[in-house]
Amino acid sequence: MKETKSEILQGTLDLMVLQTLEAMGPLHGYGIARRIEQLSEHAVVVNQGTIYLCLIRLVQRKWIKATWGTSENNRKAKFYTITKAGQKQLKAEAEDWQRVSGVIGRLLQLTAGGKTS
Amino acid sequence: MSYLHRLIARIAAWFRRAELDRDFDDELKTHLSLLVEQNLRRGLSTEEAMREARLSMGNLVSLREKHRDTRGLPLLDTLLQDLRYTFRFLRRDIGFAFFAILIVGLGIGASAIVFSVLNTLLLRPLPFKDAERLVWIANLKSIPEQTTQVGHILDAREANQSFSELAAYFAYYSTGDLKLTGAGEPERLTAVPVSENFFRVLGVEPQAGRVFSEDECRIDGPPAVILTDALWKRRFASSPEIVGQTLQLNGRPVRVVGVMPASFDFSSSFTPGSRVDLFSPFPLTKETNRMGNTSAVVGRLKPGVTLESAQAEFHLLGQRLTTEHLSDRNEYQPALSSLRAHVTGRVRPAVIVLACAVAVVMLIVCANLSNLLLARNATRQKEMAIRVALGAGRPRLIRQLLTESIVLSGAGAVAGVAIAVIGTRVLTELDAFRIPLLSSVQVDFGVLTFTVVMALVTGLAFGLVPALQVPAIRVNETLKDSNRGSVGGRKHNWIRSSLVVTEIAFACLLLVGTGLLVRSFLRVLDVDLGFQPERLATLRIDPGGAESSTEAKRNAYFDEALRLVQNTPGIEACGLTDVLPLEGDRSWGVAGVGQVYDRENYPSAFVRIVSNGYFKTMGIPLLAGRDFTEHDRASSEQVIIINDTLARRLWPGQNPIGQMVTQDGGRRVVGVVGGVRHVTVEQESGSEMYLPIRQTDDFSAVELVVRTSLPEETAGTAIREALKPLDANLGATEFRRVQQLVDKATSPRRFVVMMLAGFSSFALVLAALGIYAVISYSVQQRTQEIGIRTALGASPGSLQARIILETLRLAAIGLVIGLGGSLILTRSLSSLLFGVESYDPTSFIGTVVVLIAVATVAGYFPARRASQIDPITALRSN
Repeated sequence: MKETKSEILQGTLDLMVLQTLEAMGPLHGYGIARRIEQLSEHAVVVNQGTIYLCLIRLVQRKWIKATWGTSENNRKAKFYTITKAGQKQLKAEAEDWQRVSGVIGRLLQLTAGGKTS
Repeated sequence: MSYLHRLIARIAAWFRRAELDRDFDDELKTHLSLLVEQNLRRGLSTEEAMREARLSMGNLVSLREKHRDTRGLPLLDTLLQDLRYTFRFLRRDIGFAFFAILIVGLGIGASAIVFSVLNTLLLRPLPFKDAERLVWIANLKSIPEQTTQVGHILDAREANQSFSELAAYFAYYSTGDLKLTGAGEPERLTAVPVSENFFRVLGVEPQAGRVFSEDECRIDGPPAVILTDALWKRRFASSPEIVGQTLQLNGRPVRVVGVMPASFDFSSSFTPGSRVDLFSPFPLTKETNRMGNTSAVVGRLKPGVTLESAQAEFHLLGQRLTTEHLSDRNEYQPALSSLRAHVTGRVRPAVIVLACAVAVVMLIVCANLSNLLLARNATRQKEMAIRVALGAGRPRLIRQLLTESIVLSGAGAVAGVAIAVIGTRVLTELDAFRIPLLSSVQVDFGVLTFTVVMALVTGLAFGLVPALQVPAIRVNETLKDSNRGSVGGRKHNWIRSSLVVTEIAFACLLLVGTGLLVRSFLRVLDVDLGFQPERLATLRIDPGGAESSTEAKRNAYFDEALRLVQNTPGIEACGLTDVLPLEGDRSWGVAGVGQVYDRENYPSAFVRIVSNGYFKTMGIPLLAGRDFTEHDRASSEQVIIINDTLARRLWPGQNPIGQMVTQDGGRRVVGVVGGVRHVTVEQESGSEMYLPIRQTDDFSAVELVVRTSLPEETAGTAIREALKPLDANLGATEFRRVQQLVDKATSPRRFVVMMLAGFSSFALVLAALGIYAVISYSVQQRTQEIGIRTALGASPGSLQARIILETLRLAAIGLVIGLGGSLILTRSLSSLLFGVESYDPTSFIGTVVVLIAVATVAGYFPARRASQIDPITALRSN
């Protein structure tokens, strides 16, 4: 039960990170976490550390790559960039996501409709 | 794709884990500082800002660990942890570790040795090129050597469609046929005459020089020999210059044309247990055709031809050749088998029995170690409980325990390989054993692979039962230490008892099998060979070129030799023969004069050419008539001595003395002697006949046989001294004891018996240990109960009796299962048995007695300890 939940979360987190990097260009871990919080208007409150587990996974799959740089407060930071393979993956996952969410959306409406009638 | 990337990245990351850990720390620090700055901007105090930052990052320690797990190879990490823990645990109880490793080591060592024998004899191809297409073509009409007449070989070579080539070697060469003189100590050498294409058919190349040319394989072609690697090393110091030089062999110059490589060991494949020094050319011509059945035949199948189709073709071919040459050739009934089957077929059942025996030993080893580990884990319950309490999951604990057992078996495997290397080296030195390919047994890659697999399987097998006991641990109870040897203990005892019962049953099986084979071996040693091998010695004394030129000179040589030896002090009797028992045989057709037999039933008999005194020397009883005398010569009447079997065959119910046989245009039977086991020790003697050596020249060797009271070392010198006037060049090293021939003939059996006896003793020791461990444990568990019993007045004697009875109960259950299994399984041993039935009561009863005795002793020590338990201490202790 617990596992399934984290799995779903994990998959969504991957998608969110990829999309953030695609839209915003190179970012470090803090930047990514912050962007996701802002965009979701704090609806998705990730434990910020968890971002890094997601990042290492994506790096190892070669969907994003990391380079050392300097953060805005002049510290050594790793900046992540989406790769070609990552973009492809993002596209595929985004389509999947949209299809599924569309289906879910319709399903929920149908259920609601069934109830009222 | 991305998964593959990930795997590679994980492996890479695992090796760079220290560096990556630092990187990650840097990354986290930056992240934290950025968070803190943001919080400060939101107007929090420094302290608050830092607290908030840490809160939103979560637990950093666990994050680092998770990062490492996601990034690297967590399984390997835990494995290393498990290993570290295992080594700590084993170091803590070095005695237990040593003992366990020793048991596994002996078991795996024994398995590896047996496997290397099995691998060499039954699995690996013979040491020839494309050996699976080599076929042995026996002639069933020639007993016992299965040889074929040259004419048939030549015709079959022309006519057949199945073989790309047929090669042959002359099967009636004998030990020491060639005498090497010239530089160095004179020495008798054994040469195998081979056909020109022999090496080509087997697919072996000389390491120096060349094989025989066609010219050399003609009758009276240029004399040539090829050396074996062993002779080349021993006699010629591996000098490459030897090729092209001439040697003096039997007083004739012979050119050395080549040297075969060490990998080509003719004798270990074709004539195990004997020594071959040289190869000489054997012409396949009409001259050699006249010599009768002479040749052993090996063929190389054409690609795509099966053994069955070749056999079908040769069946018809044999019938055709036999009918076409009814008058001028011996019969030919070819029987084809793969060369491997011919070489190793006879020892195959024995090797399989050994393999099964060693498998049983391994099962006992596993049962025993399971038991030991169970006992150890029982003392580790608290430790386990603490680990569970600290959050170790059940899978983790099971994995830990299996790691321990696999580490033990792995260490045992290392010891086992060492044992196997030594063991196989010993085996290759056993040239007195008539077992094919024994000299090439070694620990090779196959054996090492086998050992690794064996170690893993063993480790899992003996670790599994103890590891699965883990769920039985109840943290609370164990930690509260409130167990009073109750239910859990009883369950343990049940498992341990059944392990011991298994051990006893398997040990019983091994003991019965060993008992049967040992008794067979003793029966074989007891066999009446028809002669007395004790104190008999033999030496080749073939007359030289000059002495053998005429019959008169030859006979004078024999007379003189016998006289000189007879007059030597310490020599009780002496005689001459051309073939020694168990060394080789030829047979000739023979019938009484005037008797008519159809071709199928024509009698034949083994032939020996002997002198007067031979029967007395060998201890072969003269049943009727007289022995040969020195007066049985060319000038006197042609005579023959036959054995009782031939006498009954030719003249059933009549007196054979004075009858005539057809041999050499008529020989009169002057004596009847007892039969001699000539072929194998196990096989009854057939029809035999003896011709006086002074009345024929149809022999290729002359062996002097003496019965002597002198010790072996001095006898050789004494005979050599005595014969000096006749031949100054006799080598004393060629003096052989006849007992050695007998020992060699029984050696495969001795080999199996020795191995099995070793396995059984090991199994017995393990079973005893198993019983001891279980009974000790149960006594220890029931200390309180025993204390109470003693306090209530139970006598030490009755306590001892109770415990020993408990031991015997286990032994009895094991025995019933084991004996039942034995009754079924020993039937498959029947091909190895001699003179005993597979249900031989002595072996079965012996096994029962031995096992019960061992169980009683093993149970006695814990029983005595129990009877000495002081009730007060026992009740006070927890």
